[in-house]
Amino acid sequence: MGVEGIGARVARKEDKRFITGAGRYVEDMVLPGMRQAVFVRSPHAHAAITSIDVSKALEMPGVVGVLTGRELKADGIGNIICGWMIHSKDGSPMKMGAWSPLAVDRVRYVGDAVAIVIADTKGQARDAAEAVEVSYDVRDAVTQAVDALKPGAPQLHPEAEGNLIFDWELGDAAPTDAAIASAAHVTTMHIVNNRLVPNAMEPRAALGYYDKAEDHYTCWTTSQNPHVARLVMSAFYNVAPENKLRVIAPDVGGGFGSKIFIYPEEIVCLWASKKTGVPVKWVADRTESFMTDAHGRDHVTEVKMAFDADNRITGLKVDTIANFGAYMSLFSSSVPTYLYATLLSGQYNIPAIHANVRAVYTNTSPVDAYRGAGRPEATYLLERTMETAARELGVSPAELRRQNFITEFPHQTPVIMCYDAGDYATSLDAAMQAADYAGFPARRDEAKQRGKLRGIGMSAYIEACGIAPSAAVGSLGAGVGLWESAEVRVNAVGTIEVLTGSHSHGQGHETTFAQLVAGRLGIPIEQVSIVHGDTDKVQMGMGTYGSRSGAVGMSAVFKALDKVEAKAKKIAAHLMEADEGDIVIENGALKVAGTDKNVPWFQLALAAYTAHNLPAGMEPGLKETAFYDPSNFTFPAGCYICEVEVDPDTGTTEIIQFVAADDFGNIINPMIVEGQVHGGVAQGIGQAMLEGAVYDRESGQLVTASYMDYTMPRASDVPSFKVSTSNTPCPGNPLGIKGCGEAGAIGSPPAVMNAITDAIGSNDLTMPATPEKVWAALHAATKH
Amino acid sequence: MSDVSLTVNGRRVTGTVEDRTLLVHYLREHLGLTGTHVGCDTSQCGACVVHVDGKAVKSCTMLAAQASGSTVVTIEGLANGAELHPMQAAFKENHGLQCGFCTPGMIMAAVDMVNRHPEGLDEATVRAELEGNICRCTGYHNIVKAILAASQVMLKGTAQVAA
Amino acid sequence: MYSVNYHRASSLADAASLAKKGEARYLSGGMTLIPAMKVRLAAPSDVIDLSHIAELKGVSVSGNSVRIGAGTTHAEVAGNAALKAICPAICSLAAHIGDPHVRHMGTLGGSIANNDPAADYPAAMLALNATIVTDRREIPAEDFFTGLFETALDEGEIVTAVTFQAPSKSGYSKFPNPASRYAMAGVFVAQDQDGVRVAVTGAGENGVFRSPEIEAALASNFDASALQGVTVPSDGLMSDLHASAAYRANLVVVMAKRAVGAANG
Repeated sequence: MGVEGIGARVARKEDKRFITGAGRYVEDMVLPGMRQAVFVRSPHAHAAITSIDVSKALEMPGVVGVLTGRELKADGIGNIICGWMIHSKDGSPMKMGAWSPLAVDRVRYVGDAVAIVIADTKGQARDAAEAVEVSYDVRDAVTQAVDALKPGAPQLHPEAEGNLIFDWELGDAAPTDAAIASAAHVTTMHIVNNRLVPNAMEPRAALGYYDKAEDHYTCWTTSQNPHVARLVMSAFYNVAPENKLRVIAPDVGGGFGSKIFIYPEEIVCLWASKKTGVPVKWVADRTESFMTDAHGRDHVTEVKMAFDADNRITGLKVDTIANFGAYMSLFSSSVPTYLYATLLSGQYNIPAIHANVRAVYTNTSPVDAYRGAGRPEATYLLERTMETAARELGVSPAELRRQNFITEFPHQTPVIMCYDAGDYATSLDAAMQAADYAGFPARRDEAKQRGKLRGIGMSAYIEACGIAPSAAVGSLGAGVGLWESAEVRVNAVGTIEVLTGSHSHGQGHETTFAQLVAGRLGIPIEQVSIVHGDTDKVQMGMGTYGSRSGAVGMSAVFKALDKVEAKAKKIAAHLMEADEGDIVIENGALKVAGTDKNVPWFQLALAAYTAHNLPAGMEPGLKETAFYDPSNFTFPAGCYICEVEVDPDTGTTEIIQFVAADDFGNIINPMIVEGQVHGGVAQGIGQAMLEGAVYDRESGQLVTASYMDYTMPRASDVPSFKVSTSNTPCPGNPLGIKGCGEAGAIGSPPAVMNAITDAIGSNDLTMPATPEKVWAALHAATKH
Repeated sequence: MSDVSLTVNGRRVTGTVEDRTLLVHYLREHLGLTGTHVGCDTSQCGACVVHVDGKAVKSCTMLAAQASGSTVVTIEGLANGAELHPMQAAFKENHGLQCGFCTPGMIMAAVDMVNRHPEGLDEATVRAELEGNICRCTGYHNIVKAILAASQVMLKGTAQVAA
Repeated sequence: MYSVNYHRASSLADAASLAKKGEARYLSGGMTLIPAMKVRLAAPSDVIDLSHIAELKGVSVSGNSVRIGAGTTHAEVAGNAALKAICPAICSLAAHIGDPHVRHMGTLGGSIANNDPAADYPAAMLALNATIVTDRREIPAEDFFTGLFETALDEGEIVTAVTFQAPSKSGYSKFPNPASRYAMAGVFVAQDQDGVRVAVTGAGENGVFRSPEIEAALASNFDASALQGVTVPSDGLMSDLHASAAYRANLVVVMAKRAVGAANG
């Protein structure tokens, strides 16, 4: 295999444009006659709209139009929906409240869109937005999910009595309760998973353009899945029929889940373009992003883990309240259910598991998938509980885990998932060795001499990626199939375009997908181009999230390549008068095995298109498409170890080392995989130590609405990481790959928190473990 | 409205702008230099960093009128024709970028950092000096590696010129 | 940003005359004013750019006498060798304001005229017993900082320089707010023949203040050990999302210890 095929550390093809300032993001797009939009947003967390007067705004300089929810509704634009049906344990369907892209008579969170103002410049649009007079009748607000469930709490939606969206369960309660009742030891935890703001560095943006002559719409948007955006905007929001709507997601500056969903702004910009007759561009300010991007996590959970006298886990009971915010975002319902409770077995053999999840409306930004989506929540509670159990039982955290590891595969858990392959002990050993776990006590003593508190913590995570088998997710309530599509277009001169439904917004698909093709055909990587992000070019796609582009997206390319290869071999056999079964592809040529007869790839391609001498009945050309539907989830797993030093005077935590030992199955490009782990771990460290979205409990104002108050991980907050991988190939897809995009964010928060709580000798600490909280916990611990 | 006149990437440019126009918007919207990005409203993320009279500054926190008379270099002006600047090359070689959005500001900040540290850089200094540049993708690991690698190349180049 | 008129002043007199327009504000490095204008929290009708006035620039050191022009950037203060030789603490303070890009633009004059309660320079001015020189008069630092974002400056008055005598020892230590990186508690200590002065920024509800408790403890023994067991009252300290008053009170003492440690080298 050439150096640029699978497994090669190839520098990225896409980098050149980014490092020279030639990337093309939505905000960079300019159309003739284009105008700028600003949204009028609710300053209140909860209020009835009593009137909207746009007359003064319309008179302002440069204003082209001011549009409100009433006009939107009059034009038949639909409400935003959640595309995954969850049924409560009583059999009733989830209670979805109406979410109009522009609020009509009620606003439910600070930032809820009320009107759009379109003007020549953004400054003018903002000036005019301030002149839109909205009268509100302010209501009481509730921001905490636990509070929203209390009797007498403010009610958000008439559809959801008591603000309860669903009350769902998974697993078997009776044997779980029995295991707990008869346990030798039960570890009980109250777990809070903090609310996060995804904060892709490129703020969301949309440019809507209605072409009157063609009666056709184009939407440039910051999307991880442009085809899904087109499908949903067409099928549910009534913006335009699919054949009249083109969605383009050009270079997108990070997503982390937050750009999966279809938001009000792209819908409204498209509709407003038709209404005003001009292309309408909107670019979020960062504060707007803080207020209106779908947030992540925000769970409160009670955990009980039962052990027998030999320290084997006998049962796990989990009761979770999940904050959904003011509306149900596109995939919100799947996150604390099938992406969460199905992973509660972790890496462990647990005979009985029961999870109950209540989903709750509050007057906050909608909550949906954020890097890891459900799996970090499961991992956090499990791994904090395991570490705590080890402390309570007086055994080594590593050995308690090892003792309970699943070692035989396939393994059916009590919570749907069937793990196909894994070797958890190998990751554990690799991490412990890389971290010099055995040498920790000496390091702790040395740190003590310097007045520092040193701690170590680990986390053994598993996740389900490669989302997902369509029939399986369909049976669980998904409104879409989660296959992926690809097209491999061999040009007449032998160069290749791969059109994929996956979308790259940092993942490096232009390189890794090209590596797959180059390696398979033995041609230079420069001759392979990857095309994505445009519904007019790519036949169809489900997009990029859930660490699925490798396992699902590349498998679709693989399948298309199978077809290309089969046809090419037929042509080669015909040209060389050989048996089709004897044709092999090597070093950019089709050869007759065991002979020196060969047809170079470019000649073969030309022959396919000249069609002067093809096998009888064969269609000319060399271009194949494939849809790949995975047969199972993939199960990346690994072990992370974090070592910290706490300054007892200030509560400041410094991460001394962070070790990640992952099993991602086969790896296409180790450099890119390592980069994904680095980024994920930094986000996990952010969740554990720095980040937290805070709403004022009374007013419902988002207190952390900018980088002045929301702590983003900076270079000085994180160390260099020690990463390694082991490999149990995934048996479920042709490439044997599992996915690596989310692991870092899933595995790291509990490792960090286990280390800090180890350092300070107190387990009473919630994320983010800020210096003040750590100091206070230390202070409280020493007082006792 | 103000008349502004600057040298941007070696080219003399003049124009008339609203006084409230920020330098970043002048570069992006008037000059079409869209490599310089805006990632926040509070002058913290550093996606907008350019060099004004040889120093890294946040172009989102400077009026175009303030910059009038200055010499500005943006990410588009860093390479020498087809030849990448050593910092650009190091970011590529070390996988110091993923989504690319923070990258222009990161690279401009990094070049300035090396310029200010002729004695050389170590990891702790690089991390501390990246205070004003936020990246959400890379976890900084490979950015730090890239800057250290480029600083070796750049300082070697300087030493050769001095010799 | 709302509409604004930009003026570039060529001299102090020019600036003062331009300032008579509407709701004018002076613009030095712009590191605070422009962000405030961007989010529409500040809405001056006119901004008067002081950064091209030559007489506002530069650092001069003569013996122990220091004069820093108001238009001197943080980077220039941080990198001034003569200043570093006699008062390294102020150079170190300047080297840790904001980030490198901010330090290229932000100025001492801009910082103290704005008197952000979390800014670093006010602590240095107060502890160094500096004199704030304006285009009209000289104001002791003690009288200059009058409250949150409040100073003794009159309408249209321009800070032109600060002067101070370098103390025999000085040190600054700050605990940055994790998010904004402004001081959550910053303590500047200075010792000379007249005694010890300790000023605290980032912590007080009314902005920068002197800490009598810490000054008293250090007066007889200018050593971190003298602060063992010393507490400062949390009354009057800020409480916010990032730090309670009690935590800030703790940080003030810890930062004071570290500042003294730095001062003693």
